[in-house]
Amino acid sequence: MRFGVVVFPGTWSDCDFHYVISEVLHEPVRYVWHRDRNLADLDCVILPGGFSYGDYLRAGAVAGKSPVVEALQEFVAKGGYVLGSCNGFQILCEARLLPGALMRNECLQYRCQPTHLAVENVETAFTRGLRLGQVLTMPISHGEGKYHADPEPLREMKERNQIVFRYAEADGRVTRAANPNGSLENIAGIVNPAGNVLGLMPHPERAAEAAMGGTDGLLLFQSLLGSLVEDGSFLKR
Amino acid sequence: MRVRVLVRLKPGILDVQGAAVKRALAGLGFAELTDLRVGKVIEVELDASTPERARERVGEMCRQLLANPILEDYTLEMVDDLAPRGAVR
Repeated sequence: MRFGVVVFPGTWSDCDFHYVISEVLHEPVRYVWHRDRNLADLDCVILPGGFSYGDYLRAGAVAGKSPVVEALQEFVAKGGYVLGSCNGFQILCEARLLPGALMRNECLQYRCQPTHLAVENVETAFTRGLRLGQVLTMPISHGEGKYHADPEPLREMKERNQIVFRYAEADGRVTRAANPNGSLENIAGIVNPAGNVLGLMPHPERAAEAAMGGTDGLLLFQSLLGSLVEDGSFLKR
Repeated sequence: MRVRVLVRLKPGILDVQGAAVKRALAGLGFAELTDLRVGKVIEVELDASTPERARERVGEMCRQLLANPILEDYTLEMVDDLAPRGAVR
């Protein structure tokens, strides 16, 4: 499986993702510059965290209209996998590849801390190795991670089982106290209706080695790699 | 032609920045303050044959990039080019 890690001016988690994919997972990976439209050799595109284009205008707004994200629309329509973390999630929402929007944290503080995530959907390629209700621990690091969606899109998302992760207590209870940024209904991560685009505010790449305090982030990659083996994507190449 | 775009959070969306600024002003003794919302101003200068055309193009810019329709409303205002520059800045 071939990964691409997109680099915008101001991206900061690109090297972390590249390291985890090449050195921990031992999978082929290359950087993709934000002006690059050629994604044909890739199975999964990563939109890492950071401050693309300085977060000017709105977080992810300018990146959401960049050449690589325009190319991503076609990549996604053809069934390619996309994982956006933190600023990558903001970009996916701005590009309308995912519903809703991310806004300033309700507490107004930048939050950099471990969070517990309750798993709500194990039907996606990114989560099929997990158990329903399983609790993952991954750090967040953002100032604009408050998820918002209007009531009608939210209802549709629930109907289509698009909510994947919610901020929770260590025992999996979804409480107001466990919500670090004021996100609507504790939403931390969602997928598109087709299930091939995942956006989440937490950082799986920062929870990928025991030395870093945990390896729960690897579970998303391992699910994805397993999915591709089973659906024959490896054999097609 | 110059168009001033005012982008604000939609009514009903909690404006946490506005709330913080409001608390700060209340702390300075502005007891009469009842509400405050923070928005942003974007001034666009463009070539357009008529003010209507300018409005239409800037409206399109708002829909595509300048505002996020999920969170924000925008209003447009023509900035009179004949006015002294100091007055509009």
